[in-house]
Amino acid sequence: MPDPILQLTDVKTHFPIHEGFLVKRQTGTVKAVDGVNLTLARGEVLGLVGESGCGKSTLARTILQLVPTTGGTIVLEGKNLTAGSSAEILDARRNLQMVFQDPYASLNPRMTVYAMLAEPLLVHKVCPSAEVPARVAELMTLVGLAPRFMQKYPHEFSGGQRQRIAIARALALQPRVIIADEPVSALDVSIQAQILNLLASLVKKMGLSLIFIAHDLSVVKHISDRIAVMYLGKIVELGSAVEVIERPRHPYTRALISAIPTPNPDVERARQRIVLAGDPPSPVNPPSGCTFHPRCAYAQEKCKTSVPPLVKIDDGREVACVRIGEI
Amino acid sequence: MPLLAVNDLRTYFHTRNGIYRAVDGIDFSVERGETLGIVGESGCGKSVTCYSLMGLIPQPPGRIESGTALFDGVDLLHCTPKQARAIRGKRIAMIFQDPMTSLNPYLRISEQLIEPLLIHEKISRKAALARGLEMMTAVGINDAEKRIHFYPHEFSGGMRQRVMIAMALITKPELLIADEPTTALDVTVQAQILELIKKMQRELGMAVIFITHDLGVISGLCDRVQVMYAGKVVETGDTRTIFYQPKHPYTRALQRSIPSLQPKGSELYTIAGMPPDLSKPLPGCSFAPRCEFATDRCRTETPALSAQNADHPHACLRAQTGEI
Ligand SMILES: Nc1ncnc2c1ncn2[C@@H]1O[C@H](COP(=O)(O)OP(=O)(O)OP(=O)(O)O)[C@@H](O)[C@H]1O
Ligand SMILES: Nc1ncnc2c1ncn2[C@@H]1O[C@H](COP(=O)(O)OP(=O)(O)OP(=O)(O)O)[C@@H](O)[C@H]1O
Ligand SMILES: [Mg+2]
Ligand SMILES: [Mg+2]
Repeated sequence: MPDPILQLTDVKTHFPIHEGFLVKRQTGTVKAVDGVNLTLARGEVLGLVGESGCGKSTLARTILQLVPTTGGTIVLEGKNLTAGSSAEILDARRNLQMVFQDPYASLNPRMTVYAMLAEPLLVHKVCPSAEVPARVAELMTLVGLAPRFMQKYPHEFSGGQRQRIAIARALALQPRVIIADEPVSALDVSIQAQILNLLASLVKKMGLSLIFIAHDLSVVKHISDRIAVMYLGKIVELGSAVEVIERPRHPYTRALISAIPTPNPDVERARQRIVLAGDPPSPVNPPSGCTFHPRCAYAQEKCKTSVPPLVKIDDGREVACVRIGEI
Repeated sequence: MPLLAVNDLRTYFHTRNGIYRAVDGIDFSVERGETLGIVGESGCGKSVTCYSLMGLIPQPPGRIESGTALFDGVDLLHCTPKQARAIRGKRIAMIFQDPMTSLNPYLRISEQLIEPLLIHEKISRKAALARGLEMMTAVGINDAEKRIHFYPHEFSGGMRQRVMIAMALITKPELLIADEPTTALDVTVQAQILELIKKMQRELGMAVIFITHDLGVISGLCDRVQVMYAGKVVETGDTRTIFYQPKHPYTRALQRSIPSLQPKGSELYTIAGMPPDLSKPLPGCSFAPRCEFATDRCRTETPALSAQNADHPHACLRAQTGEI
């Protein structure tokens, strides 16, 4: 890819598990992210989807260096974010902002909306202090909140309204890359559409790049240029958004797509789903070989032993399945 | 007699900036075993409605101004604390929208999960833990033996949400109130949770109030749908009717907003304007300022839910006269 803005190479994030009451011993590791290679082009929207617990949020937090990487490199505009905490790297990290999955936990309950949005503007001297109130009002309008709510506290807002505050906060520093972790899950369809339009227009206008994590695949398809499908800490399929949703190739992606509910009662009640056998596996003791094999309808002996690499198939798509040619 | 009958419920918030009429006179009922879906714009009062039933409105600033909520004959809004304790958390359970604030970060999942059992049932810790494990497995958390002793921060968002679901179902309630229980889950796990809820309904005759923004989920799960706008119910009917013959312009606009029905990359349809300020009630229909069909009459006369068709009442003056 020519001149990517963000490049991940073999990124790993493992968490130790401790047990014991008085003396804590490490009894295992959660391989939440386990060898992810990914590039993000300038102005690109990359959708990231996958089963709950597969490591999407951990990957996002790793990119922002909110959790330390266990291995691999994360390069943003030529600077390796994983290489320490020099002033230069800290400054580069400012260009990455995140909208979190859980707006309840990420908003300070004791700060008014005004204080929350003014803080980053003041700390990073984005604009002269006399212009801060106007800039805050502008940010609020941008995300569809009436500026008259400026002096309210988070608890005075509904779930959806709070999520908009979180988005406004991420936009305050005019970052180059935004990682949005389920930014619209809590919003009603109409407001969700407004936020998606907003994100899409920000991407176009400001040349912003966006990693968009969501469970609603119709939303991901709508906004993304490409989609990456994650399973148990690894990327198993990567391709253009339309292709991945309309012609999923990896058996996991196929199951995922088949579970999308349709907003049409007669169709929805008559529909056939690919029901995945077994439970989502544990990242503590991941299955051998292809980690999807215990639930895969196409699994063979070879799937239990060899870890399938992500390889390019026809239409530029990348799939991690050794049987991809046969199924 | 319905399992739950809510009548003229009004819950207001008295704040420095005015009185917010979060829930402003709503009536609805839920039959045993029935699934009622509630949809509506963010901030329209869906959660406040449920919190009112569960006695969870922070007072002050909140206050239940009027109404009754009869659950199996007991008025939840006016019963004694003792009666309330016997019902809430046991016969009625709720799954909250925000799993992180409703789980205690300092307590192991196991402790929180079995707490309702220890409170409401004469059961040993050991037996309660066994039920807890069973429930964790039922909501699709594997390695449950190990993970039941984790702390909430060691779980992913979706796993925390599944713990909340397990906690709500563990007492085998007669009514489950689920406030966006699956928005944090991927579609395969969501499908699994919805199946679990349906199974509990079949086996226990559990009734469900299901709040979601996902009209796809509503179409597969709910018997009836109630559409809310600005603290009021604007339309209600059985699921097929609401999807195939929506009457209220807000319901129609909601459907037009569904992304999967619009071409990729296009600007998505949105409802123009902003939701009304609930502290400054306007005369007339509260949707009128954003409604493409509004006339002068809509801006002056407050519509009531029509009684002409008991199965499909709606609160649009122009739809009631057959003009739209
Ligand atoms: N601090 C931590 N300590 C131990 N394990 C953790 C920690 N944070 C996350 N995990 C584990 O890492 C895995 C990935 O979690 P993550 O939150 O990244 O999932 P996710 O894909 O974002 O899921 P969801 O869609 O539910 O939000 C999970 O198994 C989780 O239990
Ligand atoms: N503690 C409070 N103080 C003041 N106003 C409040 C309080 N709690 C809720 N409100 C107001 O009540 C209204 C209804 O909120 P509610 O949380 O019920 O919305 P909702 O329909 O559940 O929205 P969402 O879909 O975003 O969850 C909102 O406009 C909100 O601002
Ligand atoms: Mg997550
Ligand atoms: Mg709510």
